Amino acid sequence: MIHFVVHDEHDSVGVIVVEGVKSGDRLSGWIMDQDKDIQVVAKSDIPIGHKLAIKPLDNGATVIKYGVDIGKTIAPIQVGEHTHVQNLRTKRW
Amino acid sequence: MDLKKSTFWGYKRENGRVGVRNHVIILPVDDLSNAAAEAVANNIKGTLAIPHPYGRLQFGADLDLHFRTLIGTGSNPNVAAVVVICIEDQWAKKVADAIAATGKPVAYFGIEQHGDHDTILRASKKAKEFVQWASEQRREERPLKDLWVSTKCGESDTTSGCGANPTVGNAFDKMYDHGVTLCFGETTELTGGEHLVAARCRTDDVRKKFQFMFDRYQAVVEAHKTSDLRDSQPTKGNIEGGLTTIEEKALGNIQKIGRKCMVDGVIDKAETPTGPGLWFMDSSSAAAEMLTLLGAAGFAVHFFPTGQGNVVGNPILPVIKLCANPRTVRTMSEHIDVDVSGLLRKEMSPDQAGDALLECMFRTANGRLTAAEALGHREFVLTRLYESA
Repeated sequence: MIHFVVHDEHDSVGVIVVEGVKSGDRLSGWIMDQDKDIQVVAKSDIPIGHKLAIKPLDNGATVIKYGVDIGKTIAPIQVGEHTHVQNLRTKRW
Repeated sequence: MDLKKSTFWGYKRENGRVGVRNHVIILPVDDLSNAAAEAVANNIKGTLAIPHPYGRLQFGADLDLHFRTLIGTGSNPNVAAVVVICIEDQWAKKVADAIAATGKPVAYFGIEQHGDHDTILRASKKAKEFVQWASEQRREERPLKDLWVSTKCGESDTTSGCGANPTVGNAFDKMYDHGVTLCFGETTELTGGEHLVAARCRTDDVRKKFQFMFDRYQAVVEAHKTSDLRDSQPTKGNIEGGLTTIEEKALGNIQKIGRKCMVDGVIDKAETPTGPGLWFMDSSSAAAEMLTLLGAAGFAVHFFPTGQGNVVGNPILPVIKLCANPRTVRTMSEHIDVDVSGLLRKEMSPDQAGDALLECMFRTANGRLTAAEALGHREFVLTRLYESA
């Protein structure tokens, strides 16, 4: 069972693809470009389609998805934690 | 899917273009003519009125775009014949003459000095003649390269970027090798990934044009924004779906142009491509606006990936919806033509997903109604560049 997918192994985040993920759940991920497996324990309840960190991120760190910069953190983020508008923001506009 | 000998059944028009629908449209040039246009469409079954709220006191580039969009809509090969209605005779003639250059049957009517009743009577007689003529047009087998296919996504979420959009990319990559005319756009939604599109441009000239269009749109955003665009890009629906930043949305968006296609040309809003290949059209990212521009540019079938479930359609352009979000596929199944949620369970490969979309495209081109057509989604939204005089 795949709970989340990651585009590229260098990415900082993955995407939850099942409904009802709860904090503490053991999650299995699929890194699509390299076709590898990855395991993470959820640190938050995370809705389907939302991101979780798969690498620890300091405050102000650049977040990578698709192998590309998608913005910076505005709070430190632990592995398995919900990563969204409360802790990630664009560098533009 | 081997597309080398693929064909579809379409309507070959007088100018050589091939359509997949056979609409007779009643086209108002301005808001004032909507009532008469809708009355004609009500009188004559099988015709389609395309009402809209604009066309008065526009000027300059905004007026040019208005005419280009209406003329392009009438000229689209999915349209068999056109009845143009305008408050003023001269502008009705201007639009009708330009559509008539395609060789298709066109008639025009001005309301001034006639009133609605007389206009509706005269236009209905012509519309009846056109619709009976159109009903005798027959589909013929045509090579895939005669099909023009566009894409634009909506209510995207993170599943768009890993499922539905790469599926379009896979289908685009497959068709690109066979001389199909393809198009994408959504200028502001490339923000953060514009360098990736620039790198895919075929020549320096194309790259310069792309950068010009991109910078022009950024300047509009800069000139009018009151804060940053975080309240509108990503949209509330995007954020609900898990997309956080415009860069993330853009990178997901760009998955639609595949991995092999090069950008062969750049066109302004509602302009028509001049050859096969992948075209970038400068456009708004609002779904109905861009679909209207693509219909006016001459595209005959559209791929519309969605994540959270956009329901948009277009009067003349069949819009094929595909979705990789299992929750949306479950809760909004009546809107989804192609379910690619299996991609995210590893039950479907990107190649199989691309083939599923192409199979749906051929069925749609051959006449099967899309979900949006069956549900009556006919959003026709003209892009405005600035206020009227």
